[in-house]
Amino acid sequence: MTFQIFMQHLSNGISLGSLYALIAIGYTMVYGILRLINFAHGEIFMIGVYMAFYLITLVAVPWYLAFIIAILGTCLFGILVEKAAYKPLRNSPRISVMISAIGASFLLQNLGIVVFGGRPKSFPEIPMFNKILNIGGISIVSITFYIPIITIILLLILNYVINNTKTGMAMRALSKDYEAARLMAIDVDKIISITFGLGSLLAAVGGIMWGVKFTSLIPVMGLMPGLKCFIAAVVGGIGNIRGAVIGGFILGLGEILIVAFLPALTGYRDAFAFILLIFILLVKPTGLMGEKLTEKV
Amino acid sequence: MKNKRILLNILSLILVLGLLFLMDRNFDSYKIRILNLCGIYIVLALSMNLINGFTGLFTLGHAGFMAIGAYTTALVTMDKATKEMNFFLKPIVPFLRDVEMSFLPALLIGGLMSALVAIIIGTPVLKLRDDYLAIATLGFSEIIRVIFTNIQSITNGALGLKGIPNYTNVWWSWGWAIVTIIFMIYLVKGSYGRAFKAIREDEIAAEAMGINLFKHKLISFIIGAFFAGVGGGLLGNLLGTIDPLMFRFVLTFNIVLIVVLGGIGSITGSVLSAIIVTILMEALRILDGDIIIGNYKIIGIPGMRMVVFSLMLMGVILFYQKGIMGTNEFSWDWFSFKKKSKGDVNS
Repeated sequence: MTFQIFMQHLSNGISLGSLYALIAIGYTMVYGILRLINFAHGEIFMIGVYMAFYLITLVAVPWYLAFIIAILGTCLFGILVEKAAYKPLRNSPRISVMISAIGASFLLQNLGIVVFGGRPKSFPEIPMFNKILNIGGISIVSITFYIPIITIILLLILNYVINNTKTGMAMRALSKDYEAARLMAIDVDKIISITFGLGSLLAAVGGIMWGVKFTSLIPVMGLMPGLKCFIAAVVGGIGNIRGAVIGGFILGLGEILIVAFLPALTGYRDAFAFILLIFILLVKPTGLMGEKLTEKV
Repeated sequence: MKNKRILLNILSLILVLGLLFLMDRNFDSYKIRILNLCGIYIVLALSMNLINGFTGLFTLGHAGFMAIGAYTTALVTMDKATKEMNFFLKPIVPFLRDVEMSFLPALLIGGLMSALVAIIIGTPVLKLRDDYLAIATLGFSEIIRVIFTNIQSITNGALGLKGIPNYTNVWWSWGWAIVTIIFMIYLVKGSYGRAFKAIREDEIAAEAMGINLFKHKLISFIIGAFFAGVGGGLLGNLLGTIDPLMFRFVLTFNIVLIVVLGGIGSITGSVLSAIIVTILMEALRILDGDIIIGNYKIIGIPGMRMVVFSLMLMGVILFYQKGIMGTNEFSWDWFSFKKKSKGDVNS
């Protein structure tokens, strides 16, 4: 393998890793606060891409405006999903909540098929993102560059929100001890809504960049990235934002490099994430950055 | 009283068999297929309910176990010529090429293979809890699917298998359904069943009472996997064609739907809801096609059926978590017209 080809794979791996990281943060934030896997996160990601797609193709809004509206719309949508599918089950057993999450995921997916149609659609080209750059013999589509940059900017903002604002402090308190946070006069429902909103916002950004990069949209597109990003969150240590980023990069790079170095294993690409998951769960169930959980009796 | 109950059980069994005989005689092939599916889904729902409902281990790996059962059964029942026709891209491994068995041993081997995999995967994975267990088993079923897509010389890869002999008929599917029901009733009533329920209610308390957590979890997992494998085998030989895409997460979702709708932890509930859901799944197919009422034509939307099912699941879990039966079971006492004193209404 020449250096050029290696660099090409590496850049692809990094941009895929950043996408995974963005989506994984949504999982990790929700899990950190509610201790629940938001199975519908992948579908929220899908809704985000479709919103952007329809705004550009049907309403003919300029792409940057379409992106902003779609991101905000998805944010609201995520809050709505929480209110409808998770809030009524606050005090129910975990299995019920998980089944509700699976149900919500399938409902959105099938609604997507009904509303958007089952055939794949192609995301419109955006000149700024779809330019082909040539750097030292390596040709890279410009979106590959933008993805990690956007991810880093969003992460810095998120980091600020969580560590330096009152809402962020409330979120941290909630994730440490739900009951105690409620006693400290934290508006639990509001904070949970904000968490879902923020997670969905990041998922929407990830989704739109996914659409720009891979250009093909179908209503079931959220399923696989959704599962993989959840795995990324678990690998990094679920509930830990830095962990989600690390997990996302491990997954993205791992997937691309396996195909690059061991072409014989190309067919097993989708299995890589799951094998990694089972391996991590066995060796270090709390993930790479996770804290040791003490068992409450 | 006990003799009366046994008599009633035998009578109702004869009644069911008679009913099946009549239906088998008079139904057209489409209805018989639905009848078969009902039986198969009873087996599958009970196998999932044992793990999820009675032992409280939320697993989502059923599609994987079914795939193992379906492929094993299909490969050992197909004849040599059909196999060679199927495997035109890459020849089948010689060992599998020469095997040909009748249906019962094939199903048993399918179930045992699935149980064997359950031991291999269960030993490490069952140490996990709650959502971690769910996601690990989901991951396992995806891994099975990816592996089956890639080992072409055994499973024919993405092309799948065609021309599987249609051995499954009403007697096979309902025979297995009845066997599974009886087996589950005795298992759940017995000491193992009590241990399973204790683990479901409170693991730590169960352990303190001297129940070997790991052993019982694994037993429940293995038995569930065995019946899932048999169910998969029945399904494969009913449809006549299988491919890895069939065994996606959607399949597991259908079974979760049945179990939740029937009541998590109720054998009667699973049986009832398996029948109801299977029939509904077919009846609601009209939603996907056009509906003509008088002069009006409602244009059908493909995919509407699954929307209705997802809504049903959401509705049940949000507003009526117990499902049809909760954790209650059918009993003949319902029909005794003796007046009960207020005290034992709940007994």
